[in-house]
Amino acid sequence: MATQQSRSAARLMMAPAVVLLLGWMLVPLIMTLWFSFRTYLPLRGGDQGWTGFDNYVRFVTSSAFWPAVQTTLMIVLGVLIITVALGVLLAMLLDQPMWGQGIVRILVIAPFFVMPTVSALVWKNMFMDPVNGLFAHLWRFFGAEPVSWLSDAAMPSIIMIVSWQWLPFATLILLTAIQSLDSEQLEAAEMDGAPPLKRFAFIILPHLARAITIVILIQTIFLLAIFAEIFVTTGGAFGTRTLSYLIFQRVLESQNIGLGSAGGVYAIILANIVAIFLMRIVGKNLDN
Amino acid sequence: MPLGNALRAATALSLITASAAFADGHATTITIATVNNGDMIRMQGLTDDFTEKTGHTVEWVTLEENVLRQRVTTDITTNGGQFDIMTIGMYETPIWGANGWLIALDDLPAEYDVDDILPAMRGGLSHDGTLYAAPFYGESSMIMYRTDLMEAAGLEMPTAPTWEFVREAAAAMTDRENDINGICLRGKAGWGEGGAFITAMSNSFGARWFDEDWNAQFDTQPWKDTLEFYVGMMNESGPAGFATNGFNENLSLFQQGKCGMWIDATVAASFVTNPDDSTVADSVGFALAPDNGLGKRSNWLWAWALAIPAGTEKEGPAKEFIQWATSTDYIELVAENEGWANVPPGARTSLYENPNYQEVPFAQMTLDSILSADPNDSTVEPSPYVGIQFAAIPEFAGIATEVSQEFSAVYAGQQTVDEALAKAQAITNEAMEAAGYR
Amino acid sequence: MARAVTPRRKLVNTGLAWAVGLLIFFPILWTILTSFKTEGQAIASPPIFLGFDWTLENYSVVMERSDYGRFLMNSIIIAGGSTILGLIVAVPAAWSMAFVPSQRTKDILLWMLSTKMLPAVGVLYPIYLLFIQLGLLDSRAGLVVVMMLINLPIIVWMLYTYFREIPGEILEAARMDGATLKEEVLYILTPMAIPGIASTMLLNFILAWNEAFWTLNLTAVDAAPLTAFIASYSSPEGLFFAKLSAASTMAIAPILILGWFSQKQLVRGLTFGAVK
Repeated sequence: MATQQSRSAARLMMAPAVVLLLGWMLVPLIMTLWFSFRTYLPLRGGDQGWTGFDNYVRFVTSSAFWPAVQTTLMIVLGVLIITVALGVLLAMLLDQPMWGQGIVRILVIAPFFVMPTVSALVWKNMFMDPVNGLFAHLWRFFGAEPVSWLSDAAMPSIIMIVSWQWLPFATLILLTAIQSLDSEQLEAAEMDGAPPLKRFAFIILPHLARAITIVILIQTIFLLAIFAEIFVTTGGAFGTRTLSYLIFQRVLESQNIGLGSAGGVYAIILANIVAIFLMRIVGKNLDN
Repeated sequence: MPLGNALRAATALSLITASAAFADGHATTITIATVNNGDMIRMQGLTDDFTEKTGHTVEWVTLEENVLRQRVTTDITTNGGQFDIMTIGMYETPIWGANGWLIALDDLPAEYDVDDILPAMRGGLSHDGTLYAAPFYGESSMIMYRTDLMEAAGLEMPTAPTWEFVREAAAAMTDRENDINGICLRGKAGWGEGGAFITAMSNSFGARWFDEDWNAQFDTQPWKDTLEFYVGMMNESGPAGFATNGFNENLSLFQQGKCGMWIDATVAASFVTNPDDSTVADSVGFALAPDNGLGKRSNWLWAWALAIPAGTEKEGPAKEFIQWATSTDYIELVAENEGWANVPPGARTSLYENPNYQEVPFAQMTLDSILSADPNDSTVEPSPYVGIQFAAIPEFAGIATEVSQEFSAVYAGQQTVDEALAKAQAITNEAMEAAGYR
Repeated sequence: MARAVTPRRKLVNTGLAWAVGLLIFFPILWTILTSFKTEGQAIASPPIFLGFDWTLENYSVVMERSDYGRFLMNSIIIAGGSTILGLIVAVPAAWSMAFVPSQRTKDILLWMLSTKMLPAVGVLYPIYLLFIQLGLLDSRAGLVVVMMLINLPIIVWMLYTYFREIPGEILEAARMDGATLKEEVLYILTPMAIPGIASTMLLNFILAWNEAFWTLNLTAVDAAPLTAFIASYSSPEGLFFAKLSAASTMAIAPILILGWFSQKQLVRGLTFGAVK
């Protein structure tokens, strides 16, 4: 067991990481909190003094607030469902013996290396453009009217773009987990005549539970903050304004730092609600 | 101790990178933030001429329009001092000038001939009569149309058409079989995109953003008429997916011969008549932006201009650059290299008096459009703001972007005109209250 | 583990996997192909797949317009620097969490992850003002630190899960032999955790390379990485698909190549302790 000395050494070793992160969290947080209680309009003479909870009330009663929360959750949920479902299938497929496994893996994980701005630009212009996009050509080829994806189906389009980016990550983690599955157990089940669906539901899925929670946790952290994809594709129009995009509009487009900061505080609260919710599940799953 | 080592290594690493970053701060290098459009990129290519003449070198930060706005606004409001020259527009200049964030350009030498700058541009880039940014190029908006299609439709474009005529002509020119849309207009969300177009258009329908007490006016009939007319016409004769089309998308459509008419920035004229890029270069005609007989046309006024933030330590070289880039000499330099049709238009009176430039087919119409736009008197009924396709108040960009998003949702068929106008009214009043106007 | 299957099943697997792989990769392939077309061919209808006149013109236009080398260098320095700095801070922390756990270890770990949920746009002004005060705007040092802080929670967590898998008996034995704490970390733990550390570094490098908010907003010239480079090629006037494709290819090529060479490492190492 750890001695008193190794305990203090351990604390010392943890200190830099903890102190740095504490600073990185607290300094902006305190500044945000400070701004959120002030009327701060950079284009109108800057900081104009205390305003109490006005910014908070204004932000939350704005007609844009609840739809933005809803949009945020929909994108997170949509991407999670798609990436986890497809990720499991893809991981199972990639685990099978085949020719050229290495190359296929490379092809599948490639989107993960593409920066979000580039991927949004490529999808928007070269695929989803209703006139010159590849989808438009494809639709016309089959005699259909091209769809203007980013206005008529904006949310599904964004969810698709983001899913494309994160599917490799989910696949990678799930693949590592699946590879550790005891193949004897599977084969035994096969021998017993368990149908594939049963084998999947009772052996593979439980084995992947832990990996799936990890995927959900990490992706949620990143997805709550997605910005570039929306900035590049729709600019928040057509019901794709997430909470972080709404804050962007308040802070940068409307130049109302106080209001935006109040929004920032709400976003932190939302993130923490989601986090606590997640931690409950993940924590349980990580412990055993 | 690992901790000590770690800290020492971290400090060393930061110091190395920090000194590497600070080392290349050169006294005569100026940093310019600019937008990535054709004229600005051309200017970057010609920077050597400036370096030759003055000895100063230039670092360019070229960004897409929305990113540029975000970047320069953050920097100027926090006094970040990242740029020695910023490319800004007619919207930002008076607001920033009033805040004392820009260096006044009131001591330019006589040979620069500041009086040669078109009065409309000079007025729009000044605050209280002081010039704060020099126009690199200026624009209004006008109709660009296909003469061949117009002829085939048996119509003739008047020099100053009405909206009724435009709508009829658009319907007559539309040929869905051959992928020809009678009219292409901006519908993309964003105050500088679809927002600018619909606001300029609404002026000719007698609408305004605010009444004299800063109350939003989206609950009035003229706005309803504007939107209904726009949506009706675009559904009849517009391209598929026009709700996401901005300047670029429409330019590309027009160059590919897919538009009968296009009402947009006058600078587009040089792109659509350039045979290298445009398949319809030899059959483009020009006309004034339409009106409704109410005394206001639907053309706007804009300039991309160069301004010096007040915090810079390189004011001298920055001024030298602005004098170079917005001078008549620069215009001649471009003309020599790229031809007269490609010089930056709309900034100087002398350009339009130049016989070489008068031969350019769109020169006269561009000048007429610019001259017919008056930011100080843009609406039929009195309004408290300056600006045609915008209101020069700090809150406008934010409000108008949100409002134009509601409009774009109408264009995409996701809500009705009435719903959008009701939301626009609420958004605007909400924001104006937050800013303390009401 | 490769299981024995019938050749027919293997063939089906292969066909299916390749089809899916190519589908997922297609957008990247299409971008790369388009970058070698002329602007006219890039929007041709019907689209041309391979039978176009291959040209390098777009690349030369992009090279002429921007100082690609500098953007690339900055990306490498920022992603690399933040990865190294992050490891220096994270290894001791993860070590102590894994081998001297207390009741609060899990809380600290989860708290660290929660700092990642601070919305970046909400704190742009505070951070920007802070950077002005510290004179860190447009400096690589500043960005290295920010990128390090952003990814630190992930690094700590990944390392923690790797360290935890190292059997405690080995450490006990080393301690018996009189190894100091420093020796223990340097000579026993680190070598054993090398695969884990390598994939942590890779992941961190990728995340830092692709980060597009802070790298764009806190830089101008000297420290601007490839994310800023790409921001000057999105939607200029007129036809731009081919040039956009060339710029995109140039922005993602280095990291794509790195990723391809290290994909085995990534596949093996990206577990986050998910494997039991």
